[in-house]
Amino acid sequence: MNIHEYQAKEILKSYGVRVQEGIVVSTPQAAVEAARELQVETGTQGWVVKAQIHAGGRGKGRTLETDQEGVKFCTTLEKVETVSKNLLGNTLVTIQTGPQGKKVNKVLIAQDVYYDGPQKPKEFYVAILLDRAKACNVIMASTEGGVDIEEVAHHHPEKIIKEWVDPHVGLQPFQARKVAFALGLDGEAFKEMTKFITTLYTAYVGSDATQFEINPCLRTSDNKILAVDGKVNIDDNALFRHAHIADMRDTSEEDPLEVEASAAGLNYVKLDGNVGCMVNGAGLAMATMDIIKLSGGKPANFLDVGGGANAQTVEAGFRIILKDPNVKAILINIFGGIVRCDRVANGVVEAYKKIGDIKVPIIVRLQGTNAEEGARVIQESGLKVTSAILLKDAAARVEEALA
Amino acid sequence: MSVLVNKDSRVIVQGFTGNEGTFHGGQMIEYGTNVVGGVTPGKGGHPHEKLGKPVFNTVREAVEATGANVSIIFVPPAFAADAIMEAADAGIKVIICITEGIPVKDMMHVKHYLKDHHCRLIGPNCPGVITAGEAKIGIMPGFIFKPGRIGVVSKSGTLTYEAVDQLTKAGLGQSTCIGIGGDPIIGTTTKEAVELLMNDPDTDGIVMIGEIGGGMEAEAARWIEAERAAGRANKPVVGFIAGQTAPPGRRMGHAGAIIGGADDTAEAKMKIMAGCGIHVVDTPAHIGETMLAALKK
Repeated sequence: MNIHEYQAKEILKSYGVRVQEGIVVSTPQAAVEAARELQVETGTQGWVVKAQIHAGGRGKGRTLETDQEGVKFCTTLEKVETVSKNLLGNTLVTIQTGPQGKKVNKVLIAQDVYYDGPQKPKEFYVAILLDRAKACNVIMASTEGGVDIEEVAHHHPEKIIKEWVDPHVGLQPFQARKVAFALGLDGEAFKEMTKFITTLYTAYVGSDATQFEINPCLRTSDNKILAVDGKVNIDDNALFRHAHIADMRDTSEEDPLEVEASAAGLNYVKLDGNVGCMVNGAGLAMATMDIIKLSGGKPANFLDVGGGANAQTVEAGFRIILKDPNVKAILINIFGGIVRCDRVANGVVEAYKKIGDIKVPIIVRLQGTNAEEGARVIQESGLKVTSAILLKDAAARVEEALA
Repeated sequence: MSVLVNKDSRVIVQGFTGNEGTFHGGQMIEYGTNVVGGVTPGKGGHPHEKLGKPVFNTVREAVEATGANVSIIFVPPAFAADAIMEAADAGIKVIICITEGIPVKDMMHVKHYLKDHHCRLIGPNCPGVITAGEAKIGIMPGFIFKPGRIGVVSKSGTLTYEAVDQLTKAGLGQSTCIGIGGDPIIGTTTKEAVELLMNDPDTDGIVMIGEIGGGMEAEAARWIEAERAAGRANKPVVGFIAGQTAPPGRRMGHAGAIIGGADDTAEAKMKIMAGCGIHVVDTPAHIGETMLAALKK
């Protein structure tokens, strides 16, 4: 599950990780109040207004309506108000949002952490990730903070420090020291960094995360280490034991069709193609998308109706696919195992009649248990539904439908 | 003989009295699998209401009473990691976990716990293992499998059935089909499963089905290449990777099916596999005929 920056910082802070302090607001008036409050609490002389959307590249992104950068440093309360006004309710386009952008519903008013002091502030990169191959977590750090880390990894792999953590004993103090020394720190900043990494790891394990990316992680001019930004991914499978994190889900950030599908218990991902598909099983669903592409189409979605496909799930799936105006044809691909194909076929016929007025061609491919009975149900229904048994035939029918 | 499971496997079902355990336990018995009993903590002491087989409170009791050496797990995600470790502790040699949705942190602990135990875990989030005509220890539809000499390794359930159905229709029966599971951390990797089949005298060819995410298929492909260079592993391998059209960063159903970087896309994996001498197909519709052609070479 993805969450906002302000929510990520809430989680980090609850485990004692030092973060850039901030207050999230949804109106320009509240933004000004928040800025005042932050000044009293932290003594900050400036503020950063940060648009809260589920996408990176906000600093370089701009709003469509007001041409406002998604992250802006402000030195006056008036400026905080103007920037917040320019962002809230408008559409921010960044390198990750696509040209349609994302609506900004909340902004984070954050303290200025790049203030002057005995030293120049320095940005680092610190992340914790799951290493699938080694089946353990790995800490990754780099002196090249604040930039695109994939670039660093590609051009200067030697600048990425990696430290694997034994899941049984957890992160050991020597490992945190190793990373902090490798980042070239000493004195107070060194101590701060070891503490930062230790608490960050505790937060990662405690919240069942699969990714923490702190970029930049800042050493302030007075040698404090803190998280300026935070990207946090939580394991969906572990949300049952973190109700407060599950509540952080912001459905306004998701595609409305995906929200509707998840409410119906369907595993749906919206894509931008022209052929909708409905499949049982995730692997076969991905393979079906690939077949659509080979047939000259583009998949409009991923949709796994699961092992227990029945009339209700088929109908719910149909309704969701049909709401996508780009869909020019629908391919239903069911491999009947425990699920019987004739039942799925009856479900398709029932759903078709119930919804009525379906204009796009539908190709149903049923294979496995009772496949032939299923094909007969489709043929005898008199509906404008094409039936196929072999995968190749189904692909050919999709090609014809698009021609 | 084939690998992992056969007609002599003595199988118990963990989560035996639940809906899934009861239904699939029954299906397995119907297929001819030697199910010797099951475990549901707190329900031990009486035979299973529908299936008649003994129910035990702990895996250890079940092993002592029945000599079980294989376990299949149908326990809800929150308790599944515990069930796997209980099976390992009781000396079960092959543990097959069907459960989908186990937290990755739990699996990390399981994986490390198992290092000190002489057992093999298959899954989780998998359809199970079947040795055609001998033992079905999983949730796959038994009737599509025909005894023969092709082994199958796959991350996905229904896509495996698709491949098997084509093999059967092409006249190629199967030795053992191993569903390794679609989670980020699983007990047996693609490479380990391929290795088992490569060393199996009853297997002549291998179908390897993967998907986006992780580096397991590339690892298996490089192993095959290295073995061949050493004059071993000469059985033909047909490979497919699902998810050529999947967008990066989105989870495609399976918890592990998410493109993280340039190396774990379907395209990258297929390129590596083809470079290592695997017969890569771009649609699952060609798996059967490609294997048939590869065997004739």
